[in-house]
Amino acid sequence: MSLLERDLSAPGSWSGSLPVTSRYSYGLAGERFFRAIKDEGRLYGTHCPKCHRTYVPATSFCERCLSELNEWIDVGLAGEVHTFTLLYVNLDGTPRQTPEIVAFIHIEDGGLVHRISEIQPEELEIGHKVEAVLKPQAERSGSILDIRYFKPVHRQE
Amino acid sequence: MGMRKVAVIGAGMTKFVRRAQETPKELSWGAARMALETADLTLDDVDAVCVGTAPDAFDSVHMNGEYLSDGAGAWRKPYMRSYVGGGTGVFAPIQGWYHVASGLFDLVLVVAEEKMSSFYPHAQAAFLTIFDHTTERPLKPNLLWIFALEMNRYMQTYGISKEDIARVSVQHKRNAADHPCALLGDADITVQDVLNSEVLAWPVQRLDVSPVSDGAVAVILAAEHIAKRVTDKPVWIEGVGWCLDTAYWTNRDLAYPRYVESAARMAYEMAGIREPRKEIHIAEPYDPFDYKALHHLEGLQLADRGQAPRLYIDGIAARDGNMPVCPSGGLLGVGNPIAAAGLMKIAELFWQLRGEAGDRQVPGSPRRGLAQAWGDLMQVGTVVIMGR
Amino acid sequence: MTSKIKMFPGTPLSEEDFTEGNVLFNVDQMRGDFAWDTGVAIGAYLAALKEGMLLGARCATCRRTVVPPRLVCEWCFRPMVDYVPLQDTGTVNTFSLCYVTWDVQRIKEPEIPAVIEIDGASPLHGIMHKIGEVEPEKVHIGMRVKAVWRPPSDRVGAITDILHFKPIEEV
Repeated sequence: MSLLERDLSAPGSWSGSLPVTSRYSYGLAGERFFRAIKDEGRLYGTHCPKCHRTYVPATSFCERCLSELNEWIDVGLAGEVHTFTLLYVNLDGTPRQTPEIVAFIHIEDGGLVHRISEIQPEELEIGHKVEAVLKPQAERSGSILDIRYFKPVHRQE
Repeated sequence: MGMRKVAVIGAGMTKFVRRAQETPKELSWGAARMALETADLTLDDVDAVCVGTAPDAFDSVHMNGEYLSDGAGAWRKPYMRSYVGGGTGVFAPIQGWYHVASGLFDLVLVVAEEKMSSFYPHAQAAFLTIFDHTTERPLKPNLLWIFALEMNRYMQTYGISKEDIARVSVQHKRNAADHPCALLGDADITVQDVLNSEVLAWPVQRLDVSPVSDGAVAVILAAEHIAKRVTDKPVWIEGVGWCLDTAYWTNRDLAYPRYVESAARMAYEMAGIREPRKEIHIAEPYDPFDYKALHHLEGLQLADRGQAPRLYIDGIAARDGNMPVCPSGGLLGVGNPIAAAGLMKIAELFWQLRGEAGDRQVPGSPRRGLAQAWGDLMQVGTVVIMGR
Repeated sequence: MTSKIKMFPGTPLSEEDFTEGNVLFNVDQMRGDFAWDTGVAIGAYLAALKEGMLLGARCATCRRTVVPPRLVCEWCFRPMVDYVPLQDTGTVNTFSLCYVTWDVQRIKEPEIPAVIEIDGASPLHGIMHKIGEVEPEKVHIGMRVKAVWRPPSDRVGAITDILHFKPIEEV
């Protein structure tokens, strides 16, 4: 039976939904990385002495040589805007008046994807130095959202 | 046939636990690292990586294999992922095998991983997607239904009792007491314990079922010239087979797994095996439920239809019997991280055939073993035969 | 090698580790809403259910009648164009008494899922559905059953237009 002979009174589609809830543990490295954000307000990376790379966020192992990484380094709260985008549409499809700025912030050999604020969108450029603005410690829960956003670091001339 | 000889030269695994703290990447890394270290190899020696990990739904991570690929050593390497439900654990090494047998790569790392505990509150609900969305899901089915339905039909067709089936669970869980990674090993469990356990979906009771778990396993496959350099005890992959049955599981005989027979015949032919019951020294059939081990042993031609329980009754399937079955403890005892469980059987045969299985060692220098896995809605059979 | 390895990786957590905050974790909720095309074959199947009928399809080459209908015979790969009305009676091929729901809740009265070979389809060809209006202990493989339909005005073209199958009384 071809599509042309299809019964037009037959229901064309069947609807259903799949609600999914996931509860993710952070892993051995993730636990330590996010506890440091929560308790100390610090970002850590792990360093591979063989490959000369520092992974941010901190990982348990080096992806290039599979060695266990035990060297945890405080990488500070600042990084460089590697690339960014201006979001004019919300997640649900509704338009935004002012765009949200999302960037990949390069830190050591890794970095974080996060929001940028305290700057006019038109003024942001790739290469700008930015630093993390954290929630007050009492409000932090050990989440990527403990960082509110990154803001530009103004250079002292 | 123009295919090169391929050997397993290393294996590693994590513990199988109910809820692991490790992320999927860290689980994979734990297994991959152990496989490489125990074989005295580094990531630089690996030419390609084959990853087996079952539904993205468990982790709600799209492209789960690619996501955990760094832990599987796949950074900047040729990589492939396979997924055939529970059959993945034995299919991933088949995929690794043809990577090497074809001549394209000399050394391949195969990693199978599963983290089921992220699905909240229970991974079972994720299995709702195994049922047809239009003709079956509106009935609000659950995964236990299909196993209970198959188990009942199998029991009825051949007149097999719950006691006969419970023996399988008892033997496997007792075997698993000797496995350092096992989740449900129990040296003292009895048939009565199984028969007294909570009825979930009659005829399935709680101790008939393998536990949901997280875990990862890795093996290293190498071409002959490399295998002989790296180890004096390579375990050769002598035969592989795989087969898929109808997508309409209610349109056929549930008492006998023809797709397992087809996969097994393909593997036996490749391995040149004419009398499997004599030539297979160790069998590791897939045992997510106790009756399934029997079901599969019959599909594998290792017992006549309806006669697999006799292997357990007569002691043939015991570790010191004529054809030990699941000396590892199987899924029932070690645990069932969906994609990794089958590869655990391959790793077990690797250790057994080299005499390195410790307390689980099958006596008498076994030389040939068979691992089989099963997947999807009564659909997939995968078989690998290994030998020394 | 397991005999030589002393330490296997893997850190087990308990439910309390989460509820008591021993480990950090993150809860993510998603929802997929779907409208699956019924297609030619299942569309016809659902339309027939709305009319109070079970529909199958026949492959003349393989001499096989299947249910539900499908566009192609998976044995010989020829198109299946003969749609065959089946009866709404059948035989229980297998069944289970299930005391656990899909989201792991215990229930007192078991649900009775079954594979029912439908009269008019080839042997061993049937559908999954539920059995009702019977005491669980009385259900057996080989039992003859009949579909219990929703009233015509309540049918929408779904597998649930059949409420369940009930035993046919032996005369």
